Amino acid sequence: MFKYAIRRLLFAIPTLLVISFIIFALLDLAPSDPTASLPLTIPEEVREQIKESLGLGKPFHIRYLKWLEQFMVNEPLNLIEQAWGIEIGNSADRLRVRSWATRAPVVDLIASRLPQTLIVIGVSYIVAILIAVPIGVISAYKQYSIFDQIGTFVSMLGFSVPTFFTGTVAIVIFSVVLGWLPSIYDTTLVVKDFDSFLDQIKQMIMPVMVLGLFNAAQLSRFMRSSMLDNLSQEYVRTARAKGMSEKIVILVHVLRNSMIPVVTVIALGLPATFAGAIITEQIFRINGVGQLLIGAIDGADIPTVQTVTFIFAILIVLFNLIADLLYGMLDPRIRYD
Amino acid sequence: MTDIASQSDGPEGADVKDIKHRSLWIDVWQQFRTHKGAMVGVAVFVIICLGVIVGPFLYDVDPQYLNYKEKNKGISLSHPMGTDNLGRDMFAQVLAGGRTSLAVGVAAMSLSLTLGTLVGVMAGYFNRLDGLLMRFTDLFLSLPILPLLLVIIMLFRETLRSLFGPEMGIFILIVFVIGITSWMQTARIVRGEVLAIKQREFVLAARSIGTRPFRIIFRHTFPNVLSPIMVSATLGVAAAIITESALSFLGLGFPSDFPTWGRLLFDGVPFLNINPARVIWPGLAISLTVISVNFMGDGLRDALDPRIRGR
Repeated sequence: MFKYAIRRLLFAIPTLLVISFIIFALLDLAPSDPTASLPLTIPEEVREQIKESLGLGKPFHIRYLKWLEQFMVNEPLNLIEQAWGIEIGNSADRLRVRSWATRAPVVDLIASRLPQTLIVIGVSYIVAILIAVPIGVISAYKQYSIFDQIGTFVSMLGFSVPTFFTGTVAIVIFSVVLGWLPSIYDTTLVVKDFDSFLDQIKQMIMPVMVLGLFNAAQLSRFMRSSMLDNLSQEYVRTARAKGMSEKIVILVHVLRNSMIPVVTVIALGLPATFAGAIITEQIFRINGVGQLLIGAIDGADIPTVQTVTFIFAILIVLFNLIADLLYGMLDPRIRYD
Repeated sequence: MTDIASQSDGPEGADVKDIKHRSLWIDVWQQFRTHKGAMVGVAVFVIICLGVIVGPFLYDVDPQYLNYKEKNKGISLSHPMGTDNLGRDMFAQVLAGGRTSLAVGVAAMSLSLTLGTLVGVMAGYFNRLDGLLMRFTDLFLSLPILPLLLVIIMLFRETLRSLFGPEMGIFILIVFVIGITSWMQTARIVRGEVLAIKQREFVLAARSIGTRPFRIIFRHTFPNVLSPIMVSATLGVAAAIITESALSFLGLGFPSDFPTWGRLLFDGVPFLNINPARVIWPGLAISLTVISVNFMGDGLRDALDPRIRGR
């Protein structure tokens, strides 16, 4: 298991390098000019100097390696310094990936946006799991019952209807017609007493539920089929034959075994949820990482786009790794050697 | 299945001459018909397709005709879905947008299916290519698709616009980017099926009489992997329509003067307070299409699965 984990980890590094190269090359070789939006009165030589100051004077491979160094070495060092309050080497001179639009280090921009994204995605994912698992269990236990049929139909609707439609319909109903919930997520809200806490809950309900129900639809189908696979196994009959109560058979024996594939699906789905949050953040105007990306794309802010996209890629590779390892850890029948 | 059972139970069933020839596709169709959701899906999808293709001829209002006096109107006889903030007729726009949306869905699905089948068959049939192609597939699966789609569109929109014109350019770009980022699942499924079929006796027999690899692939392997390909094709259309609308919703898809359902929805969002129906109609169209296609895919998967069909 340990050997397998090391092998998997070592394989993740070349994958990430290739992805980083694809992202960098795609953005770099594309026909776009960072000075194109500046006034036309700027003379050509000043334009060249601006490009130089943005780090565009060097050849392609140098810029790629510099970017890699800044992102892979310098930024983690900065994070370590901040976390432990120590100084490693000459930290003031260390080059950082800077946004073209704001001139601020991209990592700082992301750090300022991350809490909003994390709280909405985290809560929505937990809500999704809490909804999906019971529905999946009941649907499988009472297969072909009315509950199962309605559940299957609703989950089909749930993952067919895109979030940008359910989100806008929710805004129409709860913000425009009923006026119960705010349609815009206020990031400046500080939770300090019960009232502001209530406001925070109110503004989170819609994004969390829209994203959560979408994920729950898929998860509940997985949960159902996984439960069905296990319910017909011999060990269930044995447990019943031993005279165990139905509650223990289902909730202890079957549920625990059925959760193994579902846990990996949950881990694999998390990066996709992050990407899905780009849309959710756009609908509810949440000032998160997704909006940072969309804003950077609109403003042709290449370093920000490169970094945010690469972070999404890291998330995917990381959670694939976690899912693989979790599967091996949870299921003793899986042997990698 | 009940049809067949009742036929063979009847008095004529005993007569050998009257037993109908049963081909695979008749069996599949009969199983498909028992799936109620799938049949409703087919009906809805056919209605949407007909409406979108024939509709603009019957309802010949110019979707781009501006009429400021009639702006932000609700449902009326002259405007069945109301009008937008420039007085353009929403019904005509939804019909026109549907053409583009469906065309993007079908075209992107065809591209991704071709790529996926090619990679899958190659990887499954030729052992030497397997490792390389599957690592390549894994790599594509680790790419952050939505951010990359947005980036590619941002970067190459202008170039393609100047090459193919504003409408064709964006169409080619979107179909291309959706196609090359969604073939991985098909490739994996097809590879698995080809690997299994390669071990069967009829392939061995074909090889032993000296059939060339490409002939074995097209003549003996391909027809046997057709069913998973068909299922991926159906689900691929739905996925492509959703992706295209998501891109348009983020403002990086089709332009307003050449709208799709996703773009119409995106354009309607700022007017939610005045005219919420503007968002509802295109959103409903996307949802209905995707739901019906997904149900069709579900029914098709059951109908093509011999383990289910037998029962």
